[in-house]
This record gives sequence, C-alpha cells and structure tokens, in this order.
Amino acid sequence: MTAVNMVEALNKGLHEAMTADDRVVVLGEDVAKTGGVFRVTAGLLDRFGDDRVVDTPLAEAGIVGSAIGMAVYGLLPVAEIQFDSFVYPGFEQIVVHAARYAWRTKGEVPASIVIRIPYGGGVRMPELHSDSPESLFVHTPGLKVVCPSTPADARNMILAAIEDPDPVIFMEPKRIYRAGRQEIPDEPPFTVGNGSPNGALNEYLSKARVAREGDDLAIFTYGATVPLTIDAAEKLAREERVEARVVDLRSLYPLDVHAIEKAASECRRALVVHEAPRTAGVGAEVSSLIHERVMLDLEAPVGRVTGYDAPFPQFANEDDYLPSVDRIFAGAKKVLEF
Amino acid sequence: MSEIVRVIGNGADLADGEVPNELAEKDLIELFRWLVLLRTFDERAVALQRQGRIGTYALYWGEEATQAGALYACEDADWVFPSYRQNAIGILRGVPASTVLAWWRGYGGTHGFWNPRDHRVGPITVPIATHLPHAVGVAWAAKIRKDRASSLAWFGDGATSEGDFHEAMNFASVLKTSTVFFCVNNQWAISTPISKQMASETIAQKAVAYGMPGVRVDGFDPIACWKVTRDALERGRQGGGPTLIEAYCYRIMPHGTADDPRLYRDEAESEHWRALEPVGRMAEFLRRRSILDDAQEEQIRAEAKQLVAQAVTDMEAIAHPGQEILFDHVYASGRPWNFDEALDELHQVERPAEVKPLGPPTTPGAGEEGKTI
Repeated sequence: MTAVNMVEALNKGLHEAMTADDRVVVLGEDVAKTGGVFRVTAGLLDRFGDDRVVDTPLAEAGIVGSAIGMAVYGLLPVAEIQFDSFVYPGFEQIVVHAARYAWRTKGEVPASIVIRIPYGGGVRMPELHSDSPESLFVHTPGLKVVCPSTPADARNMILAAIEDPDPVIFMEPKRIYRAGRQEIPDEPPFTVGNGSPNGALNEYLSKARVAREGDDLAIFTYGATVPLTIDAAEKLAREERVEARVVDLRSLYPLDVHAIEKAASECRRALVVHEAPRTAGVGAEVSSLIHERVMLDLEAPVGRVTGYDAPFPQFANEDDYLPSVDRIFAGAKKVLEF
Repeated sequence: MSEIVRVIGNGADLADGEVPNELAEKDLIELFRWLVLLRTFDERAVALQRQGRIGTYALYWGEEATQAGALYACEDADWVFPSYRQNAIGILRGVPASTVLAWWRGYGGTHGFWNPRDHRVGPITVPIATHLPHAVGVAWAAKIRKDRASSLAWFGDGATSEGDFHEAMNFASVLKTSTVFFCVNNQWAISTPISKQMASETIAQKAVAYGMPGVRVDGFDPIACWKVTRDALERGRQGGGPTLIEAYCYRIMPHGTADDPRLYRDEAESEHWRALEPVGRMAEFLRRRSILDDAQEEQIRAEAKQLVAQAVTDMEAIAHPGQEILFDHVYASGRPWNFDEALDELHQVERPAEVKPLGPPTTPGAGEEGKTI
C-alpha cells in the first residue's frame, strides 16, 4: 500500500495502463515534456517515449478528432483537455463523432477514447478555468461520464475508463487533486487489455458509493463537493443530531438508479449537491428519478444545492457561487424542516 | 497560381498528356469501370428518390473522377474517409451498394451502416470537415504502429472554411502523417459560390501556410486525379508528410435532390461544364487510344446497371427495422438500464405507421407551379 493524492493516483493508473497495453497513447497540450499543467501525466514521456506520449498543437477539435481516428485504427487514446472550458472547441467532435461512432458502425468500432477534463472552481483562476460542463455530456447519448472524488477511485476508474470500449468523459475535480492522501494497493485491480475481468468495468464505471453512513437524509453528490458534503454531514450530526448518508455518484451517465432509489427510500429525505449550474443539471435528473420512483417514501421534496444559472464568476466571487459547507448545511435543514 | 495537372485532352485543340507508366491498359479499363459504376449508382439513386423509394439524396454526378481516380491510387491498406458527396465510394471497396442505398432510405444499424475496418472506408460523414481529423488520426496511429497505411479524406470547397479543416491540416503537417487532403472544389456550397467562401486565389495555396505541398488537378480527369494522389501517397509513405490536393471542377448538378440551383445561379454555366464530365471524357480518351470499343463499353455499363439493380432489390427486401434499433449499438459495452425501460415504454402504445421517404419535394419559388427539380 502507498499513500497517494489524486494526481499521483491518476498518474499511477496511467503508468499501469500504458505498461499493460501498448495500444494506450496519451495526447494533449503540454502533457509530455511538462507532464501536464497539473502533472497528471508526469514521467510518461520518459517511460514510454514520444510516439505514445505526445504534446499536440493547441487545438481541441484536432486533439479529440485525431484521437477518434487513432481509436478507429485500433489504439486506445487518452486525451487531456487542459481545463474544463477548453473542451468547447472540441465539443462537436465529442458529440457528433465520439458519441456516435459505435452506433454508426453497428457497434463494431466504438470510439474507444478517454477524454480527461480537469474541471471546477475553487482554485482562483482566470475566466473559463473553473466550469463544470458535465451536464452537456450527460445529455449526449453514447458517452459515459464519470467523476472520482478519492485517489483510490481515481486510479481504479481511469483504468476502467481506458478498458471500456465506449468513449468516457473523465471529469477530474481539480480542486481536490492534492487535497489529501489515501492508501491504495500497489497492484492494479485488473490488467488493462484483458477484456472486462470480473465485472470491473461495471463496478468502477457505473456504481455509486456510500461515502458516509446515515439514515435521516440522503445527500447525493460527486467530485469536489463530496468532501464538503461529508463536512456538512458532520456538522448536521454535531448541531442537529441528524445522520446524513452521503452518496458519491461517481458515474453521472449511466446513473446508479438502484443506489439512488435505495438511499432516498431508506432516508425518506434527499438533497443533491453539485457545482454545475442548477437548471437541467445532474441534480435535476437525480431529483426526477427519485420523484418518479419512490415519491411515496418521501417526507419532503428533493432539495438542491448547486452552482447558479450564471457564468462562473471572476474568482473574487467564486466562493459566493460554489456550494459551501454552510450552503449544504442550510439546504439540508430546509429539506429536514419541510 | 500553380498549374492544373491534366492528362486527358479534348480530342481537338487540347492534346492528351502522357499516361503514367504504372497505369496499364487493364488499369485504365478498370478505372473506367469504376467511373461507370459510380455514375450508374448516382443516377439510379436520384430516380429512386423521385419515386419515393429513398429519402433526400446528395448527388455527385460529374465528380466521379475525383472519387475513382483518387481511390484507384490507394493501396488496399490505405484508409479513405468520405463526406456525404462520396457516399457510394465504399462500393468500390466491397461495401454492399444496398447498404449505401439503405442509408439513404433512412435505415440504420446493420442495414445502413458498415464496419470501417472491414474495407478501410470511413462512415458517410454528414457534418462538414469533421472527418478530416479522423483521417489524420488513422495515419498517425499507423505511423506509431509502423504500419504501411496512409489515409485520404474527401471534402468540398466549403469545408476549407471550417476550423476542423485547419486543425487537421496543422496536425498532419506537424506530426508528418501520411494523409492526403483531397478537396473537390466544385465551386459551390449549396448556393454559396467559392468567391464568397474565401478570398484566397486558390485552395491549393492554403497548403503553403501548413508547410505542405498543394497541388491543383483537373477534377474531371480521372487519370490526373490518380496521378496526383499516387504522388502524394508515395511522398507520405516516404515520410514526406501530408499533401493538399485541389481538384478543380464544377458542381454540374444541384447540391441534393431538395435543392434548386435556378434560384441562385445561371444554369447556362453548368451546361458549359457538363461537356467536361468525366465518364464520357474518359470513354472518348480510351477510344482515341483504341483501348475501349462499343461492345466493351456496353458490357461495362450493363454490368454496372445489373449490380445497382440487384442492390435496389436487396435494399427493398429489408424489412422495416423494429423499434429496438433505436437502442442498438449506442454503447458497445452493453445497454444501460434506462434503455430497457424506454423500450418498455415504447411497447405500451401502438407503433406509429411505417415511415416512408417523402418523395420528390416541391420547392417554393421554383416556378409557377412550385415544380420539382
């Protein structure tokens, strides 16, 4: 076991995947020589050479589009989008091609690519370095959208995303990249390139995880708001004697409907928390699923604590925009006191 | 302006050029066979649309040289990526013609799609220029794997305004991929003439900005199209990187079966260009050299007609796809839980009546009676 942060965990996963399967290639802006602006791809160039770890021109449609072509040929590209909002020039390639290649080829040639996107606010960056664009991809049939919140999940999920034949949008919560260390096993959970062993893809790419036990309120969240939500749950326990169950969704498409039903039904009250804007966000879908399926088990309508339907602000105001422990606490009390 | 490469003259004041040594007589006949097959498919597809047996169709009548000539220059291992204008190119590589027709009939799944790896032919790409980065990616992957495979993508003059064209050109030249960017400059993007598409003198000159060769070729001359493509592929295979080819021609026909060019251009101009169309021109060239006689030509045309007729029969034998096809192959890894729920929901109500192609559209403003074109 080794204690690693999320950056190191992702880096370890990428090393493991590239070692196991020489079809895996890494491409993006500044991923090779500098190892990425967040250093997630550090060391890969030295280890695997400049054929497989490539600093590309600064053009996201070119990055995603050429990654699709490489996948059509038979490689397994992992493309880095340097910051969340930089994905927009590559949006057409993702939506009209990556997401549709399997469908368009009788299921025989999916665009087997992973698009890593460091996303979200709280890191005091200039405009368009802090967006949470996950809903755009959740709303695009043909994509899988996942988001780890712990180092252990980050490593397992990047391996599973590379192994998965379908295109995976891999949202990386950059605010908690280095937030803490976690012991992870030295050996990978499975070897990339050996098919889908023991349901690993299913386990790591479509299942939610209970991050804190509790029976009085279910709070669904993912990414950088998971630790904040756990803090809010501790505060609820201290100050309100309420035990909130925190569910880390991990997979945003497909959603783990059974985990959502179970937690909402057992806790009878539910709240969804995310950084992305509220309207048609992931929270809207989770709320809708709960109301459609277990409404009669509920004591209150499902609440939401989210970013707002406004551009992510200049960073002097980002703490006003982002869900905080206090906002989550207040949102939880509203559901509890309904 | 760089010179336009041409081999086939007009049998009068414009003399024929040298046929490249690699093209034997049997190659010229085979190339002619390809031209005829493409032409036959296109004409039949238009008729099928008129009869309401397929949907809106994008014609390529007159552009067969840019397709057959370029493809004939490719090796079997080379990948080609068509836009919708080259929709039938796969039939020259083994994609069933009935599959292409089924695509235009609105069928998906196993009926209207194919596996690109089977024949190294990409899917029909509807959005403009977005398949160019895929062609670059394929050649890049082949380079990484040290395989002898190049890529070629066709696109129109309008596509050169799209960002993906420029990103693909830049990636290919920086990464030195063996990629041929084959631009069919037919001078029209629906109603937009090339003069409103760009202020550059030629499309070929755009290659200069990317540090790659730019070549102009007569887009109605299949042998010239073969020659410039073969040269580009040879250079690419030897590590020389990509080439931009501008095949200068003219869109003699409407953009598609729903388009009426009388609304935006003088059709006398397209009549002028029609005299240069490649199938007749190639036939005359082969006759001048006594490579082709009437009987042979008749046989080639009859075979093409038979192949396409069989394809129509095969297409029409396909049963209307079931509702399950909505969810087939969206994910290669299997269906997410909500697909089964969606199908259950669909099955709870009576199925809508079978969708038929709409048949020939009437174009408002096309004439006193809103005539079809």
